[in-house]
Amino acid sequence: MTTTTTGPIEGYLRIDPEVRLEGDVATIDAKSVYYKNMNEAIRGAFAEGAKKVVLENVNGQRYIGTGIKGKDLRIDVHGCAGQDMAMFMDGPTVEVFGNAQDGVGNTMNAGKVIIHGDAGDVLGYGMRGGKVFVRGDVGYRVGIHMKAYEDNVPIMVCGGKARDFFGEYMAGGMLVLLGMNTRFPEGPLVGGYLGTGMHGGTIYLRGEVEPWQTGKEVGIFTADEEDMKTLQPVLAEYCEAFDMDLDAVLALPFTKLVPVSHRPYGKLYTYL
Amino acid sequence: MEFNPLLDRMPVDRLPSLRDDAGVGERPRYREEAAFKIHGGCGLMGICDESGTLMEGEVAIRAMAVQRDRGNGLGGGYAGYGIYPEFPDHFCFHMMYHDVQAKEEAEAVFDRYFTVDLAEPLPTRAVKGISDAPLLWRYFLVPDPHKLENAEMSAEDFVVHVVMLINSSVDGAFVASSGKNMGAFKGVGFPEEIGHYYRLEEYEGHTWVGHNRFPTNTPGWWGGAHPFTLLDWSIVHNGEISSYGINSRYLEQFGYKCSLGTDTEVAAYLFDLMLRRHKLPLQLACKALASPLWSEIDRMPEDEQAVMRALRSVYGPGMLNGPFAIVLGFNGGMVALNDRIKLRPLVAARQGTKVMVASEESAMREVLDAPDDVWAPKAGEPVVARIKGMDWPIHGDLHLSAKEVSCAVTGVDACTDIVEVS
Repeated sequence: MTTTTTGPIEGYLRIDPEVRLEGDVATIDAKSVYYKNMNEAIRGAFAEGAKKVVLENVNGQRYIGTGIKGKDLRIDVHGCAGQDMAMFMDGPTVEVFGNAQDGVGNTMNAGKVIIHGDAGDVLGYGMRGGKVFVRGDVGYRVGIHMKAYEDNVPIMVCGGKARDFFGEYMAGGMLVLLGMNTRFPEGPLVGGYLGTGMHGGTIYLRGEVEPWQTGKEVGIFTADEEDMKTLQPVLAEYCEAFDMDLDAVLALPFTKLVPVSHRPYGKLYTYL
Repeated sequence: MEFNPLLDRMPVDRLPSLRDDAGVGERPRYREEAAFKIHGGCGLMGICDESGTLMEGEVAIRAMAVQRDRGNGLGGGYAGYGIYPEFPDHFCFHMMYHDVQAKEEAEAVFDRYFTVDLAEPLPTRAVKGISDAPLLWRYFLVPDPHKLENAEMSAEDFVVHVVMLINSSVDGAFVASSGKNMGAFKGVGFPEEIGHYYRLEEYEGHTWVGHNRFPTNTPGWWGGAHPFTLLDWSIVHNGEISSYGINSRYLEQFGYKCSLGTDTEVAAYLFDLMLRRHKLPLQLACKALASPLWSEIDRMPEDEQAVMRALRSVYGPGMLNGPFAIVLGFNGGMVALNDRIKLRPLVAARQGTKVMVASEESAMREVLDAPDDVWAPKAGEPVVARIKGMDWPIHGDLHLSAKEVSCAVTGVDACTDIVEVS
C-alpha cells in the first residue's frame, strides 16, 4: 500500500501566506494556499513597493498576475501555474519555471509571459497585446481570436507542437509555432482547423502543413525575406528567454499563413 | 410535489424475466430531492497502479480537493477497486434509500434473487457540509443459481436486470454500484467532504476514480452524483451529453433503463453494452463513442475507412455528442477519453507503475511526488492503464491495426493469434 504525504487533505487552505521581503523582492510560499489569499498577498507586496514577487510551491492556483498593471513588475512562478494566469494583465512580466494549465494570457493587454514547460488549452485567447513565449508543447485552441490595434500587436511563440484550432478566428497579431521542444516527436506539427475563420494577423510555422489542416479562409505561403526580417528579432528574443540557438531555429524554412478574405462571416449574420 | 418531465418520460414497466411478484411499486420518490435545477464545469480524476499495489482512498480525496473550484458543492463521488478483498467474488451493492420502506422493498428483491451473505450500513461520519443523506447500505450478494438457470442468463446479465429493476421501479431506492470487489461512494457535497463522509481513507484500492460536480442540465441529488456504475464499470464525466435522448432510446433496446436523471448514466451502460456484451475491442468502443469526423475518415487508408464507416453506421446511436472528458474504471485498469475536438480538459501523468489522469495537472502533482511524464492526451484517443496479472475484461488490446480490428469484429479465427482475447 502507498500513501501520500503532500498538502492538507482539504486541498488549499484559506490562510494568508508568509511573505518575505528582501529589498524590492517579495518571496511567497504558496504551498496549499488558496488562490485568493495568494493573489491578495501578491498585490499586497506590489502595493508595498516590491518590484518582483517570487512564488514558491505553486500548484494549480488560479489567476496569477491577473489584472495587474505596471510595466516594471515581475512575478516568478515556481511550480505548476493554474487556470487564467496573466488574464487581463497589463504590463508585468511573468516567468513560469514549470508547466502552465489552461487559459494563460486570456485577453492579456500588455507585458510578457515566459513558460519554461508546456502550456494547456486556450492559451492567449483574445490576446490584445504583449508577448507569450512557451518553450514546450501547447494544447487545443491556442491563440484563438488574437487581435491587434495600431501599436498593440500581440505576439505568441510556442516552441513545441500544437493541437487543433491553432489561431482560430485570429484577427490580428503574430502567432509562431516551432515544433522543436516537444514530447510528441512523431506527431504532426499542428492539428486541423488551423486558422479557421482567420481574418487578420499572421501565423508562422517552422515546417509545412497540408492544405486540409487549414481553414478555407487561409492562404499558405513560404515565408520570404521580408517575413524573416519581421520574424528574426522575435525569435532572437525567444531564444534568449530559453537559452536556445537561433541558428537552429532558423535552420528550417517557415510557412506563413495569412487570411485571404476580410471578414469571412460578415454576410452570415447581418444584412448588408 | 413538483414533477420532473425528464423522469416522467422514463419507462417504468419491469423486465419480463423478473416481472413476477417482485413486490415493488413505481413511485419515483426522488423527485422530492431532485426538484430544482441549477445552471452552472466539473472536475475529475483517475489513478491506477499497474502493479496492482493498493492505495488509500485519501489519494483520490487529495486529487479532488485541489480541484474543488471546478464544482459547486452539488455533487462529489468516488469509486474504488480492490477495496473488498474479503468478498472478492460477491456482487457488492451499494444502496441509497430514501426511507425504510424503500429499503424493505429493495431487500425483498435481493432476498428473492440472491443469497445475501452480508448486509450492513455503509460506514460514515458526520461531516460539516453534508446533510440530508439517504440511508446508505451495502450488500454482498451471490445470485441464486436456480434463478440464474431459469433466467438463462450470465450472472452479470442477471445483476444488470436487477439493477434496472430496482432503479426503475423500487421507489426511493437507488443502486450506487453493483460490481465485484468495488464500490461507489457519492452524494451531494464537495468531493473532499463526501470522501471524509464515507471514511474513504479506510479503504485501499488499486484503482480510484473521483468526481467534482457542477450540475448544469440535471438536478444535484445523491443518486445523480458521479460516478455512474454498472457491474464493475464506473464512469466519471465532465461535460454534457447532448445525444442523451438517442443514446437512452438505443440502450432501451438492449434492456437498459436510464432512470437516474443524469446524462452520464448512458456512458456507463454504453461501455457495458459494447465492451462486455458485444465484446468490441477497446479501441473500437472508444471510436464509437468519440467518432472520427467524416472528413477525417475520408483521409484514412481504405481498409480503416471501411471499418470506421461500418462502426459509425452500426453504433451511430451510441455516439456521444457534445463535450466530454470521461474516466472509466474497472477491475483490471482504467481508461480515460476525451471528445474528438477536446471540449473539456484532460491531462495525464505517469510515475513508475502509477498512471493518473485529471482535469488539471495540479491534481496529479498533488498526489504524485515526482511524475516521470505529464502530457495532454490527444482528443478522442484513450489513455489506458492495465494492471499486470489481473484479468483484462476487454476483448483485445488498444492498439490494433485496421485488419486486426476487422478480424476482431467479424470473429475470424485466423486473427486470434494477433488479437488478444481474455
